[in-house]
Amino acid sequence: MSTRLQSGGRLIDRTKQIEFNWNGKRLNGFQGDTLASALLANDQMLMGRSFKYHRPRGVVAAGPEEPNALMGTGEGGRFEPNQRATTTEIYQGLKSHSQNHWPSLEFDVGAINTKLSRFFPAGFYYKTFMAPSFAWKHVFEPIIRKSAGLGKAPTHKDEDSYEYFYAHVDVVVAGGGIAGLQAALTAGQAGATVLLMEQAVDYGGRAITDGVTIGGKPAAAWIKSTLAALKKLPNVQMRTRMMAAGVYDHGYLLGYERLTDHMGPSDGPRHRLWRIRAKRIVTATGAIERPLSFAGNDIPGVMLAGAVRDYIADYGVSIGDRTVVVTNNDDGYRTAIALHEAGLNVPCIIDPRGDLDGELPAKAIALGIRVENKSAIGKVKGGKRVEAVTLCAQAGEGTTLEEIKCDAVAMSGGWSPVVHLWSHCGGKLNWDTDTAIFRPDPARPPLGADGTGFVIATGTANGHLDAAAALKDGHAAGMAAAKEVGFKPARAAAPIAASELEATMLPVWSMPQGASYALKSKTFLDYQNDVKVSDVRLAAQEGYESVEHTKRYTTLGMATDQGKLSNINGLAVLADSLNADIPNVGTTTFRPPYHPISLGSIAGDAHNELFKPIRKTPMHQWIDENGGDWEPVADWRRPYCYKQGSESVEEAVTREILNTRENCGLLDASTLGKIIVKGPDAGKFLDMIYTNMMSTLKVGFCRYGLMCSENGFLSDDGVVARLDENTFLCHTTSGGSDRIHAHMEEWLQTEWWDWKVYTANITEQYAQIAVVGPNARKVLEKLGGMDVSAEALPFMTFKDGELGGIKARPYRISFSGELSYEIAVPASQGQAFWDMCMEAGKEFGIQPYGTECLHVMRAEKGFIMIGDETDGTVIPQDLGLNWAISKKKEDFLGKRGQQRSHMTDPNRWKLVGLKTVDPAKVIPDGAYAVDGTMRENGMHNMIGRVTSTYFSPTLNHSIAMGLVQNGPDRMGEVIEFPTIGGESIKAEICDPVFLDKEGARQNV
Amino acid sequence: MSNAVSALNGASFKGSVAIKDVGLQGMITLRGDFKSAVLAKAVKAATGTAVPETGQILHSTKGSAAWMSPDELLLLVDYTNVDAVIAKLDKALSGEHALVVNVSDARALFEIKGVATRDIIAKGSPADMNKDALPVGMIRRSRLGQLPVAFWMDDEKTARMVCFRSVGEHVFTWLKNASKKGNLPKYHT
Repeated sequence: MSTRLQSGGRLIDRTKQIEFNWNGKRLNGFQGDTLASALLANDQMLMGRSFKYHRPRGVVAAGPEEPNALMGTGEGGRFEPNQRATTTEIYQGLKSHSQNHWPSLEFDVGAINTKLSRFFPAGFYYKTFMAPSFAWKHVFEPIIRKSAGLGKAPTHKDEDSYEYFYAHVDVVVAGGGIAGLQAALTAGQAGATVLLMEQAVDYGGRAITDGVTIGGKPAAAWIKSTLAALKKLPNVQMRTRMMAAGVYDHGYLLGYERLTDHMGPSDGPRHRLWRIRAKRIVTATGAIERPLSFAGNDIPGVMLAGAVRDYIADYGVSIGDRTVVVTNNDDGYRTAIALHEAGLNVPCIIDPRGDLDGELPAKAIALGIRVENKSAIGKVKGGKRVEAVTLCAQAGEGTTLEEIKCDAVAMSGGWSPVVHLWSHCGGKLNWDTDTAIFRPDPARPPLGADGTGFVIATGTANGHLDAAAALKDGHAAGMAAAKEVGFKPARAAAPIAASELEATMLPVWSMPQGASYALKSKTFLDYQNDVKVSDVRLAAQEGYESVEHTKRYTTLGMATDQGKLSNINGLAVLADSLNADIPNVGTTTFRPPYHPISLGSIAGDAHNELFKPIRKTPMHQWIDENGGDWEPVADWRRPYCYKQGSESVEEAVTREILNTRENCGLLDASTLGKIIVKGPDAGKFLDMIYTNMMSTLKVGFCRYGLMCSENGFLSDDGVVARLDENTFLCHTTSGGSDRIHAHMEEWLQTEWWDWKVYTANITEQYAQIAVVGPNARKVLEKLGGMDVSAEALPFMTFKDGELGGIKARPYRISFSGELSYEIAVPASQGQAFWDMCMEAGKEFGIQPYGTECLHVMRAEKGFIMIGDETDGTVIPQDLGLNWAISKKKEDFLGKRGQQRSHMTDPNRWKLVGLKTVDPAKVIPDGAYAVDGTMRENGMHNMIGRVTSTYFSPTLNHSIAMGLVQNGPDRMGEVIEFPTIGGESIKAEICDPVFLDKEGARQNV
Repeated sequence: MSNAVSALNGASFKGSVAIKDVGLQGMITLRGDFKSAVLAKAVKAATGTAVPETGQILHSTKGSAAWMSPDELLLLVDYTNVDAVIAKLDKALSGEHALVVNVSDARALFEIKGVATRDIIAKGSPADMNKDALPVGMIRRSRLGQLPVAFWMDDEKTARMVCFRSVGEHVFTWLKNASKKGNLPKYHT
C-alpha cells in the first residue's frame, strides 16, 4: 500500500493539515501536497480508468507529464475536467473526482472493453465504421462519443477571471532548475533584462532530490544563495507556477502563470497569459523519464523511478512497502537507494544490461540490494494494484524464472530531454546514439528575423544528462544569450556540480527482447490513449512508414499529454518494426502549447461586458431608457424601434412609419460614416473612388454616389457634400466607415501616392440627427438660429449655421422620401440637440423612429440598401443604377470589371419591385423565385430572389424588392416564391418605387 | 457650450490605479508636410511646441503636439479654443497642402494614475511599456484589448489615453476591470 512516511517531504508543511474531497470522500493531506501525493498518502493508488479499455490506472509520474491521474476539479462555475493530479495543489475544501468510469472507479462496466480489445486494433475507427455510410452519424458516433473520452465538459459558465500580460524582455529563461538558474544569473549579471519562469512551485529541478552537490555543498544551499543573488538584480524577474507554453516566430513566447489554482476561489485573475517578446529564449526545461515496455506496465503501482523518489523526497510518501526497480540505466538505482534509505524494501533491481560497473549499482549492491543483470520483467501481475512481477531473461521470450512479490514497480527507460520549446519554431534535433536521446542541434536553431537563432537550449534539455555538464552549459547559455542581446558578460567560471558517475545506458524498447504477441498486447506505450506495442507493430505491418501517419492511425501521442512519455518509445518500436534507424523515422512535430492551458486564459478578459466592444452614439443611453429595442449594426447598436408601453415590435414599427409620414420622426443617424477628403486632387480622387462624377459638384451641394471594388461589385454608397473648393465630406454606410477609409488610404498610399489628397475619418466627431416628415421644417424653425426654408436650403444642399444655440450643419437629404434634414452637431452636444428637437417637436407630433421604420420607408421609395440589395456579387447595373455610373469619365474603380462579359450578360438578375397578389402576405426574406421547371439534379430552376421584403403600412400592402432574371422586361408578370412551409407566394413584377415616384413629398 | 458633455461625463474609478475621464479636450488632426517651415510655424503658434519627432509628444503651457504618423499630428489645445486655433491654422496653411480638422468630440480622454499604471496598460497593450521604451515625452499608438488607443506618460505614475468616443465606455470598463482588487503583475513596479 502507499502511505505517508514518518518524516521527509521538503515541499509539504506537516503542521498544516488540509481537508479535501475526492470522489465524495473526505481526505486529509498537508499544505504543499499535490492531489496525487495526498491520494497516495491515503493509499489511493487507483486514480482513473483508461480511455479505450477502461483499465484501472494509477499515477505514473510526479509532474506535468502525467498521463493517467486526470481529475475533474471544482464544481459548478469552477468545474474543470482533465486536471493532472500531479500538478494540482490541494487546498482546504478542494472538490475533485476521478473520470471515465461508470458506475464507479472501483467497478466500471466499460472495463469489458479490455476483454474485447482484439476487436479494437490500431485504426479500428477506419476499419470498422466504413459502411453503411449513414451509420457513422446515427449509430457509431453517438455510441463512441458516449463510451470514449475522458473528462466531462463543464456545464456552467466559468466564474473565474483571466487576463493577459504583455512583456518585452532581453532574455527569457524557461525552467528554474540548476542550469536555468545559472543561465539567468549569468545573463542578469551581464546586465540583460531577464524573466525566469518555473512551472513548478519551487526552483532547483531534480538536483535536490537526486543528491547533486555544487561547489562541494548540497545543491539546496547553492540554489538558495543563487536565488538570493538573482533577487538582488533589479533587471531580473522570477516567477514560479509559470510555464513557457509555446515559442513562436520573432521571439514571441507564451507564458502561462497559474495565480490562484493552489488557493481555490479567490480575488483576482485565476490565470495570466503572458505574451512576451524576447530577444533570446533559453530553454532549460530538463528531461522526462521514459517508461519501459513490458507487459502490465500500466497496472496501478507501476511508476516512473524518478517519480517514486520524488514522492519520497518532496512529499514524504511511499508508494509501496516492496518496490521492484527495473532500469536500463544507472539513474534508476537512485530510486532503489532512496527507497532503501527510507527504510522500505527493494526485493530486486532488474537490469537488462550485462556489466553493471557504475558507481550507483556498486552502491546499491553494497547496501545489500539484490541486483539481477541481463534480466527483464516478463509481466506484472495484478489488477487494480501490482501484486508481483515475473523475472525473465532480457534476451528471451519471457519464460518466468521467478515470481517476485511486490506492491510497486519503479521503472526507468532512460531520460528524454524536453526539446518542445526548442522545436516549436523549427529548431532541429540530432539523435545521440550513446544516450539514446534526441537532443537540440545547436547548428540548426529556430531562426529569428535577422537570420540568427533565437532559442538556446541548455542543461539537461540540451542533452547534458549529468549535473556537472548541465550546470556548465547553463552558464554558457547565459553568457551566449547576454552577448547576443548586446551585453558583455564578465569572464567568470561556472560553479562546479558533481553527482555519481553514470555508466552507459542500454536502449531497451521491448522487454523482454522477444516478447510474445500476448505480452505485447498488454504492453502499453501511450497510457492516455491506450496504445500498445502491438498496435504500432500492426500499423507498421499494414504499411505505415511515416511517423506522422502512424501517430494518427494508432492515436499514439494524440492525447492531452501529447505523448510526453510515449513518443520516443513509440517511434523506437516503429523503427524496429520497419527495420529502420530511429533518426530516419524521426519525431512527430512538437506543437504548442507544451502542456494544456486553460481556455479561459486564452479568452483573457474578453468575456461578460468586455466580450466585444460595442460602439455607442451620444444618444445611446437616452434611447436605452426610452424603449429602444436594440439591434447590432456593425459594431454599433441601433434601435430597431422604440416600444411604447405594451406595444409589440410590429406595432411600434407601424406607428413610427405612419407618424413619420404624417407628422415628424426623429432618427439617430450618427453611425453613418463621415470621411473628410481634402486637397487639390480631391475631386480627381473622388472621381476614381465613386462611379459617378464628383469633381463637378458645387460647393454647398450634395450628391448621392456609389463605390465599387476593382472587380466592379458594389461596395458602399452615400451622400457626398462639397464643403469648399478643396474639401469634400463623404458619408458612408454605418458599417462601412472604417473599411472605406482604409480603402481610400490604400489607394492613396500605394497607387496614387503623388496625388495631393488627405483624408480623415471624422465619423464620431458629429452626432447626426435626422428630422423627417411633413412637420420637419416647423420643428427646426421653432429651434431657430438659421433659415431652413426651401429657398434658403433647397433639396440636396447643406448650410453651416446654428440651431437652438448649437453649431449645426443641416443637410437637405432624404432616405425616406419625406421632407428631411440630417443635422450634424458636435457629438458632445448631440444629446442636448436631441432633447431640444423632442421638446420643440412635441406640438408637431414628433416621435423617434428606429432602423426598421427607416428600412420600410426607404423600400417604399425603392432606395437600395448596401447589404440587402448587394451581397458582394451585385454590380450597380443590376440595380438599375446606370444613371449613377458616369459615361464621361475615362476611368473609375470598377469600370473595367463591369465591362467583363459576365457583367454585361443580359441574363443577369436585375432589380424589380414585387407586389404580392395577396396584399397581406409578406414574402420571407431571401426567398427564391422559381419558374416551375426542374434541373437535372432534381432542384427547381431559380429565376430570382428577394432582397428586401416588408409590409408597408403606408400603402397597406406587402412590398418587396428582388433580383429577377430579365426582371425589368417582365413588368406585370406574376412569379412564384415557394416557402419552407410548402406554400407558394405569388407576386407581380413592378417598378421598385412604390411611393411618390416624382419626389413631390421630399422636395418641398 | 454649457450643454457639451465628454464621453464618460467625468466618471472616475479608484482601484489599484485611479482612472478618470479627463473631460472635454480640444483635439485637432493636422496632416501635412512636416518638413515645411510654414507648417512648423503654424504648429508653434497653435500649441507653443515644435513639430514632434517620430513617436514624440511635446508639451507647452499652450498645448501639446503628438506624432501620429509620418504626415499626421494630433494637436491638443483648450476645448473652448479649438475653433479659433483651427481658423488660424487654416489661414496659416492656406498656401500649403494640409488638412486641419476638429476631432475633439470624436475622442474620449482618460487619465490613469498610480504606481501600477504601466502594469495596467501592459495587460491590454502589446506595446513595450518598459521605462526606456516609453519614457515621458513619447506617445504610442497601440491597442488596449480589442480597441485602438494612443497613450503617453505625463510622469512616471501618470498616463493619458485617447480612444474613440463611441467605445469610451468599453475602454473605461476595461480599465476598471484591469485595476480591480487581486493580483497585480508587479512587473514594471
